[in-house]
Amino acid sequence: MTDLTQSPAGTAPEPRKHGGSLLEQTPRTKRRNAAEKRFRGYGIAAIAAGLVMLVILVTTIVGKGTGAFQQTFVTLNVELLEAKLDKKGERNIEDIKKVTTFGYAPIIKGAMTAVVEELGIETGLKAKDLAGILSKDVAAQLRDYVIANPDQIGQTVEFRFLASSRVDGYLKGRVTRESIVNDKNISAEQLDLVDALAAAGVLEKTFNLDFIFGADASDARPEAAGIGVSMLGSLFMMFVVLALALPIGVAASIYLEEFAPRNWLTDLIEVNISNLAAVPSIVFGILGLAVFINYMHLPTSAPLVGGLVLTLMTLPTIIISTRASLKSVPPSIRDAALGVGASKMQAVFHHVLPLAAPGILTGTIIGLAQALGETAPLLLIGMVGFIASNAPETLADGLLAPNSAMPAQIYEWAKRADPAFYERAWGGIIILLLFLVTMNTLAVILRRRFERRW
Amino acid sequence: MPTFWLVALLLALSAAGYYGGRRRAIATAAGNVKDLHSLPSYYGYHVALAAFVPAIGALAIWLLAQPMFIETRVSGMIPAEAIPESSSIGLVMSDVRRVAEGLDLAVEQGLLTAREARNAIAGEQDLRALMGEVGVALGSKVRPEVLEAAQAYRNLSHTGRNAMTAVVALLALGGFAFAYARTHKDFRARNVVERAVLALLILAASLAILTTVGIVLSMLFETKNFFGLHSWTDFFFGSTWAPNFRGGSELSILPLLWGTLYISFIALLVAVPVGLFAAIYLSEYASGAVRAFAKPLLEILAGIPTIVYGLFALLTVGPALADLFGKGGLLGVEWMAGATSVLTAGLVMGIMLIPFVSSLSDDIINAVPQAMRDGSLGLGATKSETVRQVVMPAALPGIVGAVLLAASRAIGETMIVVMGAGAIAKFSANPLESMTTITTRIVSQLTGDTDFASPETLVAFALGLTLFVLTLGLNVLALYIVRKYREQYE
Repeated sequence: MTDLTQSPAGTAPEPRKHGGSLLEQTPRTKRRNAAEKRFRGYGIAAIAAGLVMLVILVTTIVGKGTGAFQQTFVTLNVELLEAKLDKKGERNIEDIKKVTTFGYAPIIKGAMTAVVEELGIETGLKAKDLAGILSKDVAAQLRDYVIANPDQIGQTVEFRFLASSRVDGYLKGRVTRESIVNDKNISAEQLDLVDALAAAGVLEKTFNLDFIFGADASDARPEAAGIGVSMLGSLFMMFVVLALALPIGVAASIYLEEFAPRNWLTDLIEVNISNLAAVPSIVFGILGLAVFINYMHLPTSAPLVGGLVLTLMTLPTIIISTRASLKSVPPSIRDAALGVGASKMQAVFHHVLPLAAPGILTGTIIGLAQALGETAPLLLIGMVGFIASNAPETLADGLLAPNSAMPAQIYEWAKRADPAFYERAWGGIIILLLFLVTMNTLAVILRRRFERRW
Repeated sequence: MPTFWLVALLLALSAAGYYGGRRRAIATAAGNVKDLHSLPSYYGYHVALAAFVPAIGALAIWLLAQPMFIETRVSGMIPAEAIPESSSIGLVMSDVRRVAEGLDLAVEQGLLTAREARNAIAGEQDLRALMGEVGVALGSKVRPEVLEAAQAYRNLSHTGRNAMTAVVALLALGGFAFAYARTHKDFRARNVVERAVLALLILAASLAILTTVGIVLSMLFETKNFFGLHSWTDFFFGSTWAPNFRGGSELSILPLLWGTLYISFIALLVAVPVGLFAAIYLSEYASGAVRAFAKPLLEILAGIPTIVYGLFALLTVGPALADLFGKGGLLGVEWMAGATSVLTAGLVMGIMLIPFVSSLSDDIINAVPQAMRDGSLGLGATKSETVRQVVMPAALPGIVGAVLLAASRAIGETMIVVMGAGAIAKFSANPLESMTTITTRIVSQLTGDTDFASPETLVAFALGLTLFVLTLGLNVLALYIVRKYREQYE
């Protein structure tokens, strides 16, 4: 205050800043208005930047991933030669099983040569190179068919075979004639043949259900890889998470919200929950590795272990949202219940909990969606690095047999050397995001439909 | 799956207990429900809980403790000289477990009778071939001491399983009988049941503490082992990260910490301005319609799993940056050797953090009292001047808290850096070089075959503990600041 009183009294008053008409802007007002406009512009630019990122992300995913849902197939009439497949002609299943996939190669070559001759395509390729445009998976597919239907030996059967990933990439534009100059897996002549076959309708690109429901395939056969088995792995994990996190989370929230006295123990629990919500997910992976696998000797790569780790990770989310929905039930409900003679426990379980149920359900679904997309802890408990090729047959197998999970499978594909797997990875992401979008939409619908405002 | 059947049996018993308890209570009241102390269902719950809870608790504890007990007993049986030069007790034990498992499987599939399995002698039969037949792959021939240990292992686990079944069944039946005998019309069933339920609720809530304790203990224990094998001065103050599985590795956290902080810094450089301005625009300028449209769309970015961002960094952003700065790139400079770099990971992580910063700041800006804005506007300040000179200073502590939370997120983020940052640990200021982070190294040291006796594996736990302490510290600090700030305006 002393500053004011001591201000020199003798100085002349400053000249007025706002001379003239109110309608005419002084330079200073102009500057201030310009600053205002700029500031507003920054805000719009920031939001636009965020939205542009979202658009780029979504278009990248859709643009690169949709290819995975289509696959190139070759339709061939294959003569299942008895001389090659069942030399004794006794249709003894053990004898037929003795023929390895190697023994099926001549049959496939024969079928390819036949179709090329039939269509009158002129090509300088040998039979081996003709068959080279087919996937390495074809022989196994043929063998499985013959073992399942031994009576078909000697007949001519129509098959739909996977084309090799290079051919598939050529039709999708991923592989070009320039890019294959040094590629020993495919030659320009083979691409000529592919063009001719495609023109004749023998080779065509169609929707590929096997990508969604099939099993993963080895490094050499990207065209046969599917996400189905790891989807089952994720499903079993979510099952474990739901079965453990929901009851435990709800019980913990009820205690903290309705019964807990204000004391150090309650404070300790609360602090722990809020900290666990912010612990990096990889730390939960370390916990899973150290406790569940190293200490308790649960099987590595098992969805049960993944489910346990994700349960611990999801619990704080579920507890926080459950507490919020318990809190939103007005105290008058509790008072009314207590007033007519209900015990505290009855008031909570018979009245408060049912009213909070929609909110709890919404929170649980969002927690599950979070767990479904989580990858880092799964890397540590060994859900990557192998080929998830066997779908579990029983419930126990589903929980305890090694499996992958959707995000872990995507990571696995992204690590592989062949760029054909990248398309699979993007495709896998589309499926993963479809699950997440469905779950979140469900949560929003539940909230809109059942949420009650008091 | 005997455990499964045991649980099913317990469930059946407790269901029977419910009906039994209920009926008995009503019977003691001679069918007059009004004479009962509690509602009939409480007598049912009482018996059901008494039959189920102690038994399932014992089952869980037994399942946790038995493997450890057997492990110590059996590993004590293996003489030190029976462990081959290149091997360790852990590897021998895993052989023992596999042989035991293989024998069990062989009995199950009828290849051996139980007696044959018990009397199996190493060398006499080709056990390795037999194991192969049931799908258990063994690296070498079964040695006699391993077989002996495996037999002991099988014996102990069979005895353990039988004892477990007996104890659990006894507890369940005992609980059932005790509760059933107690059931009488004057028995205060509701009080007892409610006390039991409350105890269960407390147990569930304590799980959070248990998890934290588990995290800290598991990492502390292995970190202690690590510092027993490797000098702590090298870990904290060394300058090189060069793990070498043949020994003599240099494992210093500093280069990793540098990479982590550098990437987080770039991420915040992207996320904080964009997120903050977005929050200011949404809370101060945007109309209701724009807000309702833009806010959820921005928050979608937060709901996308990190694996998606990782793939985006690896396959889109990285190659794009390499096209720009790399060899033969558009700018004609050769600053970037590959697609992975600090900038790649930092940019993508920044995108991920935008909604995190914006929604936290949005809440905080909205919490600034309207009266302060009105006062400033009334004095003739423009909106932007109000925001810059009144709202922002008032919201600053909260925003600092939000930024700290975002930083803790960035430091603990794994998938984006694993896929986008690279694997070379070094000190460098060039954002176009690839560097590595704490989380990346944890993943690479702990995936694949891990040997829990080598410092190269155990270092991951020391790294994990450091990461835990670091993020925890940031979170506590941020929450403290935010809470302090909230109190100011409440």
